[in-house]
Amino acid sequence: MTISSIDLESKITRRRRFARYSIAALAAALLVVASLVLTIGSVRIPFLQVWAILISHLPLVNSTADWSATTDMVITGIRLPRILLAGMAGAALGVAGATYQGLFRNPLADPYLIGVAQGAALGAVFGFLVPWTFLGGYLIPVLAFLGALVSVSIVYLIAKVGKTLPVTTLILAGVAIGSFLISVMSYITLISADKMPGILSWLMGRFSLANWQQVGLIAPFLLIGLVVIFLFARPLNAMQLDEEQAEQLGINVERTKLILIAASTLVTAAAVCFVGTIGFVGIIVPHAVRLIWGPDHRTLLPLSALTGALLLILADTASRTLIPPTEIPVGIITAFLGAPFFLFLLRRKKKAVF
Amino acid sequence: MEKLEIQNISLGYDHHPVVTNLSFQVIAGEILGLIGPNGCGKSTIIKALSRVISLGSGQIKLDDKVLNNLSRSQLAKIIGVVPQNPSMPDTFTVAEIVLLGRTPYLGLLRQESATDLRITGWAMERTGITNLAGRRMSELSGGERQRVTIARVLAQGTGIILLDEPTANLDINHQTAILDLIRDLCQENKLAVMITLHDLNLAAQYCDRLIMLKDGRLFAQGSPQQVVTAENIRAVYAMESQIYPHPLNALPVVLVSHKTETNNSNNISLSKN
Repeated sequence: MTISSIDLESKITRRRRFARYSIAALAAALLVVASLVLTIGSVRIPFLQVWAILISHLPLVNSTADWSATTDMVITGIRLPRILLAGMAGAALGVAGATYQGLFRNPLADPYLIGVAQGAALGAVFGFLVPWTFLGGYLIPVLAFLGALVSVSIVYLIAKVGKTLPVTTLILAGVAIGSFLISVMSYITLISADKMPGILSWLMGRFSLANWQQVGLIAPFLLIGLVVIFLFARPLNAMQLDEEQAEQLGINVERTKLILIAASTLVTAAAVCFVGTIGFVGIIVPHAVRLIWGPDHRTLLPLSALTGALLLILADTASRTLIPPTEIPVGIITAFLGAPFFLFLLRRKKKAVF
Repeated sequence: MEKLEIQNISLGYDHHPVVTNLSFQVIAGEILGLIGPNGCGKSTIIKALSRVISLGSGQIKLDDKVLNNLSRSQLAKIIGVVPQNPSMPDTFTVAEIVLLGRTPYLGLLRQESATDLRITGWAMERTGITNLAGRRMSELSGGERQRVTIARVLAQGTGIILLDEPTANLDINHQTAILDLIRDLCQENKLAVMITLHDLNLAAQYCDRLIMLKDGRLFAQGSPQQVVTAENIRAVYAMESQIYPHPLNALPVVLVSHKTETNNSNNISLSKN
């Protein structure tokens, strides 16, 4: 063994350790932030009491309650599912953004730019309107997924040139399909606003109606999608070369693309179906993570999940506490923060970000 | 590994034939040069051998083993490719790119072992890029980028390496440095190397054997002296040339004079007004 290869080994070992510590630290930060924002709201509940309440709900724990049933209800019935839903949506959008950006080797790809999120939103709106009952609570997530799948398939087929998927045609097709879907959705919203009083706030991103049922409905979709995406982190790294080189490194590029598109479409639909359209998370989060931790998808993907969750939990907290009792739709907050960040990325061209 | 045998392959895109009924061998420890005009099928052959495009008809054999039905990842352990102008992500470091060469040996769940890192370190050292390990791709020159790709393919650990115009866009110093490196790697590691080159003089200097293609068919093969002749160059490139032996090693040196004049109306000739 030569000196240089020992050097390389220690460098890579150090890098891996740093990534592991970062993931652990961010997970811990997420836990702390989540329990901190549980204390905030129309009623302030002390931090320690929040934890006592949470622990009392764990199985096998027998503790005497020195808090009221209302306090318990506010924490576990209202704030906790809301924070969980916000965290799940943030993780989903962060990972979906990172995956689309990696797949299409384009820093601008994000669930909204290629029309996936709009498809999911239209599917969900459709689900609110129809009187069907055969899927029960799964109706809306399933329709959101189908809507997202249909829109991404249309975009994919339109954008495809021969056997390849050029990024320019992809983005153009995505923007066109996305705008088309938005117009359909706006029309539906306009003519049926009386049937769906909450539709407008849903369209701009809303967590106020979060409940445990919603958390339970999207959790399995999210979990499956994230596991599949994390498994394909290394093939995604090799695909950063180009498709020809990835194939020459033994990767089945077409199959990997299809699996990753399906999985990231699934998590996008899971994020959109109950909380509505929340832009910019899918673009801010992976870029911020790349700036700090580098482009390796094995760290980029989990860190994007954690950062996305953290960002949306904070944005949602801002949305419900900035001008009480009015709730600012969370999409407004993410766009307010995201658009300047996006401009900052554009200005930063000298040092390539992607 | 002794030799890669290509038997009667025919290749094409959408029923448009590019290569017809071609057979040749790439032998361990030897550099085979593929020469011929633009569009004669050189790059297509490399893409087909590495299964980027499908093999039309014919057979590819490694010693006595048929490779036609091998999966991509199995093939990636046998044949490595340095493509023409490979694109590489700007923010990846040199070490990260070279490490990607180990991809065929890693499943979805395994991360690179100490062995993988050792091989990567050796490949970087052997191509002289160890000092660049932590640099981002966006900071490298053309010659350095070419070395990174060669290191990546070396880390892939294949017995056969195919290079598509590895000296394109390089100055004479870097052309020579890259080809010297390829020749040394070929001899030290008993690699079977196939290389496409436009520059006939470089091809004659560095290749042990040459194959000259015309319209996707084999036109001539043999030693540089046998292939790089004024007659062949006239027939394949429609160019008149003078061939001289190199003063140092007697290998053929081509001096091109002018286009061959023909009565063939298919050939575009400059009007002489």
